[in-house]
Amino acid sequence: MRLALTVNGEARELITPVHKTLLEVLREDLFLTGTKHGCELGECGTCTVLVDGEPVLSCLALPAECQGRRIETVEGMAEGGRLHPLQQAFAELGAAQCGYCTPGILLTAKALLAERAVPTREEVRQALAGNLCRCTGYTKILDAVELAALRMRGGSVGAGPRPEGAPS
Amino acid sequence: MSKRFSVVGHSLPKIDAWAKVTGETKYADDLVLPRMAYGKLLRSPHPHARILRIDTTRAAALPGVYAVITGKDLPRVKFGILPVSQDEEALCTDKVRMVGDAVAAVAAVDEETAERATELIDVEYAPLPALMSIEDALQHPDVRIHEYGDGPNVHKAVSLQFGDVDAAFATSDLVREDVFFFEGNTHLPLEQHAAVAQWGADGKLTLWSSTQTPHYVHRLLGKILDMPQAHIRVIAAPVGGGFGGKLDPFAHEIAACKLSQVTGRPVKIALTREEVFYVHRGRHPVLMWVKTGFRKDGAITGMHFRTWLDGGAYGSYGVASTFYTGALQTVTYKIPVYKFEGARVFTNKPPCGPKRGHGTPQPRFAMECQLDKAAEQLGLDPADMRRQNLAEPFTKTANHLTVTTIGLGECIDRVVEASGWRRKWKALPRGKGIGIACSSYLTGAGTAIYWNDMPHSGVVVRADRSGGVSVLCGATDIGQGSDSVLAYLVAEVLGIEPKDIRVHVADTDLTPVDLGSYSSRVTLMAGNAAIQAAERLRAKIFDAVAHKLEVEPSSLVARDRRVFVADDEDKGVSFQDAVVLGESRHGVLAFPGSYAPPKRAGKYKGGGVGPSPCYSYSACVVEVDVDEQTGEVKPTEVWIAHDVGRALNPLLVEGQVEGSVYMGLGEVLMEEQAFRKGVHKIPSMLEYKSPTTLETPEIHTILVETDDPDGPFGAKEAGQGPLLPVIPAVANAVWSAVGVRVDEIPITPDKVLKGLELRRLGKAARVGPERLPLFTFPAPRPVESAFGQPAEDIAVRPFAS
Repeated sequence: MRLALTVNGEARELITPVHKTLLEVLREDLFLTGTKHGCELGECGTCTVLVDGEPVLSCLALPAECQGRRIETVEGMAEGGRLHPLQQAFAELGAAQCGYCTPGILLTAKALLAERAVPTREEVRQALAGNLCRCTGYTKILDAVELAALRMRGGSVGAGPRPEGAPS
Repeated sequence: MSKRFSVVGHSLPKIDAWAKVTGETKYADDLVLPRMAYGKLLRSPHPHARILRIDTTRAAALPGVYAVITGKDLPRVKFGILPVSQDEEALCTDKVRMVGDAVAAVAAVDEETAERATELIDVEYAPLPALMSIEDALQHPDVRIHEYGDGPNVHKAVSLQFGDVDAAFATSDLVREDVFFFEGNTHLPLEQHAAVAQWGADGKLTLWSSTQTPHYVHRLLGKILDMPQAHIRVIAAPVGGGFGGKLDPFAHEIAACKLSQVTGRPVKIALTREEVFYVHRGRHPVLMWVKTGFRKDGAITGMHFRTWLDGGAYGSYGVASTFYTGALQTVTYKIPVYKFEGARVFTNKPPCGPKRGHGTPQPRFAMECQLDKAAEQLGLDPADMRRQNLAEPFTKTANHLTVTTIGLGECIDRVVEASGWRRKWKALPRGKGIGIACSSYLTGAGTAIYWNDMPHSGVVVRADRSGGVSVLCGATDIGQGSDSVLAYLVAEVLGIEPKDIRVHVADTDLTPVDLGSYSSRVTLMAGNAAIQAAERLRAKIFDAVAHKLEVEPSSLVARDRRVFVADDEDKGVSFQDAVVLGESRHGVLAFPGSYAPPKRAGKYKGGGVGPSPCYSYSACVVEVDVDEQTGEVKPTEVWIAHDVGRALNPLLVEGQVEGSVYMGLGEVLMEEQAFRKGVHKIPSMLEYKSPTTLETPEIHTILVETDDPDGPFGAKEAGQGPLLPVIPAVANAVWSAVGVRVDEIPITPDKVLKGLELRRLGKAARVGPERLPLFTFPAPRPVESAFGQPAEDIAVRPFAS
C-alpha cells in the first residue's frame, strides 16, 4: 500500500506491504534503526515512538493509522546537532548501559516532561513502568529524567550527581 | 575520589554514550547488506523425539525461497563450548532433546517468506518420554537423553574433599543440615540474538553477531563448518544486553553461515523473543543440601555442600557451572575444612549455562540463609556473626583458592550503619523485616575454557603523527562499559583525554584475542593488557622527547595532553609533538600488551574452576514489607556496599551494582523458567515477570576500595558479585518480617502464604524442598585443606605511581 508519513518533521512517501507494523516500516523502509524491537508483542516498551506527542508501541501500531500525524523517533530528538536535554542527561549519568532500551525510554520520558515539567520521582516511575530495562536497575534512568527536567526549566544542577567531562 | 589520577576514579560518561542516546549504535539486527537474504529456523515442537524424516521439497518450491538446509548439509560433527561436552548439533539430525531444538533452516527474500517456508517443511517425529526434572532424569535411567556422561542422564558428578569435615562436625557446638531449592531463570536481554553472515566469493567467511565471545565463536566455527579458522572473521556487534546469554555458539549463527555459502548472499537471522527463551543457557535450577558446623561464637568449623543441577538438554558450560556451585563458598568466611559433591543431570528443557554469577547465586542463597538460621539458634546478631568470621586477606582457602584483598568488613560496617540495622533488627513491627547477607565473586576466571599457555587478553595501542591514539582489543562491550574502561586506562597512562582515543574491539581479523565478556574478567584482564601496551608506547615517546629536551626519560611525565619535565613544567612538548618525535625516532608506534592471570589452580581435578586474580566482596541489607493477606513481598529499600578494589569510574561501577541488585530482586521474587507438560510455560516477556520501575526500590550504593595488587590501578570486578547477596538478604528479611522461612527461590506469594498457614497450625513455618534424590556421588579423593596458608604469587603492581 501507499503511505504518506511525517517522521521527525520530514514528509516521507513509500509503498509497503499492508501487514507491516509501524516498527517494521520505520526500521526496514525508512532505515530508522534507532527504534528497536524487543518482543513484537507490546510487552517491553523497547519500540516506543511518539505519535502526536503520545508514546506508542510501534510494534503494535499500523502505519496507515499514523498518516497525517506527527511521528517522532529517537533520531528526531536532537535538533541541528544539539542533543535534547534528556539525551544529554542520559549520557552524562550513565543511564544507558547496553543502550537497547534507551530510545524507547527517552521518548516516553519526553512525553512525560511535555505534560509535567516538574514530575515527582513517583510520576517518573509511573510513566516509565511500561519500559523494561535489564541493565541499569532504573536508578540512573530516574536520576537522568529528573536532571533533564531540572535543566529544561532552567534550574541549576544543584546537589544532584554532577559528572565530569561531559562535552560542553 | 583520587587526586593522584587525571582520569581514573572520575565519574566520566562512557565513550559510546552519545551513540547510544541518539540511536546511532548499530546492533547486529541493524545491519543490512546489499542482496541480503533473511533466514528462519524450524524448531522442534517436541521435548524429546526421534527424527524419522525431514522433507524440504514443498518449502524449497515456495517462490522467494533461496535455500533450505538440514543437518545433513552441515559437517557431521558435534560441538559444544567446553571441550568435555561436545554434544550439540546446529540442526539436529537424529533426535531432538527439547522444544526449540532447530532441525532445518531457510533463506528467503524476506522474513515472512522464510517463515512460511519453515511451515512447509515436513518433519516426522517419533516422540520419546520427556524427562522434565532432576528426579525424573535420575529415576528413568532407561530413557537416555545423551549417551555420554557420568551415568544415565548424569552429565557430570564431582566430589571434592579438603580435610575431615566429619571430625569438625563432631567437635562443633551446633551442626545444621538444611535443604534449599533455586528454580532457574533466564537472562532476558532486551536485544534478541541476531547474526549476519557473508560467505565471500573468495571462500572467506565474515560473521557479525550479538555475541559476548567472538573468540570462542571463531574458534568453534572452524570445527563446526570444517574450514580453517584463518578464513573466518567474527565481529561482535555492540551487544544489547548479555548477562551470560550470548556466550555459546548458536544454531542461528551457524545456519546463517551455511545459508550464505549455499545462496551466495549475505544472510541475516534474528531470533524472535520466544526463540530467545529456547536458546536460554540461563540460571540452573539447583537443589542443595548443606551441613555446617558452628562454634558458640558463630565461627564455622566445617562445611559439607551437595548440589544437584538441572542442566537441561545440553552440556553448554555445565561442567564449569557444577564446579562453581561448590567453589566460592570458602572465600567469604573462614571455613577450615570443606567437602563438596555436585551432580548435573540432563533434562528435556532448554540448556542451562552461565547467567550473571554463574553457578554461585544458588549456593550463596543456601549458605547465607543457613548462616542466618544458625545466628538465630546461637542468639547472635547475623551482621556481627558474619563480621567476626571473615576470611583472612592474602591467604589460601580450604579448597586452595588464593584470596588477596578483602574489603568485606568495611562493606558490612557501612551497610549496617547506612541502613540503621542496629535500630531496626528485631525492632520492626510485624510485616516489616530487615535482612543481611554477604558474598564474593571472581574477578575473571583464572583458566580459559580450553587449556593453553597464551594470553587471556591482548591489546594493541597505536599512535601516529596526528596525535590520535587507537586501542585495539578483542573484548566485547555488552553495555558494562568495557570500551570506555580501555580508553580511561590508556588516557591515564598517556596523559590525554578519553575522547582523544578511538577504541576498536571484538573483530577477530583486527584485534588481539580477548576471551570474552564473561566471569567479570574484562576490566582486570584487558585493563592490565591495555596498561602494559600504553606504558610501552609511553616509554618510546618519553625516550624521543628526552632526547630532544636533553633530559633523562625518567624525569618526564605525561599529563594534560603534554609531555614535560616533572619538576619543570614549562619544559615540555604537546602530546601530538611528542608522538611526532617518537615516530621520527622509532618508526611506527604500535605496541602490544598481554595479560594472563597468575597460575594458581589447585593441584586437584577440578582445581581450575574457582581461581581468580582477586575476588570482589559485597554486603547487602534489604528492608521488606510482607502483606500477610496476599503473601506479597515488597522490597522497600536496599543498601549495598561493594568492594571493587578501585572504582575506575564510580558512575559506571554504581551502574553495575544497581543493575545487579535489580536483577537479584527479580530472581528472588519474580523470575522463573518454568515448564508444564514438556512445554515452556512462559516464553514471553509478559508472562515472564521481571521488575519494572514500580517494583524496583531505591538502591543505596556504597563503594569500598581496597586497591588490589592484581587489579588495574587496584580495580576488581563489579558486574556480577553485587547480585549475589541480594537474594538471601531478601529471604532473611522475609523471615524477619513474618517468621516464615522460604527455602526456595523465587519467593512467590503462594509460598509465603503456605508458610503463614503452617505457622498458624503451629508447625515449622518453613517452605521448601522436602526430599533429596537417591544418588550416590563418586568417592572423593581427599586433598589436604590449604586453609590459612599464606598467599603466593601476588603481583607487584607496575603502576603504583
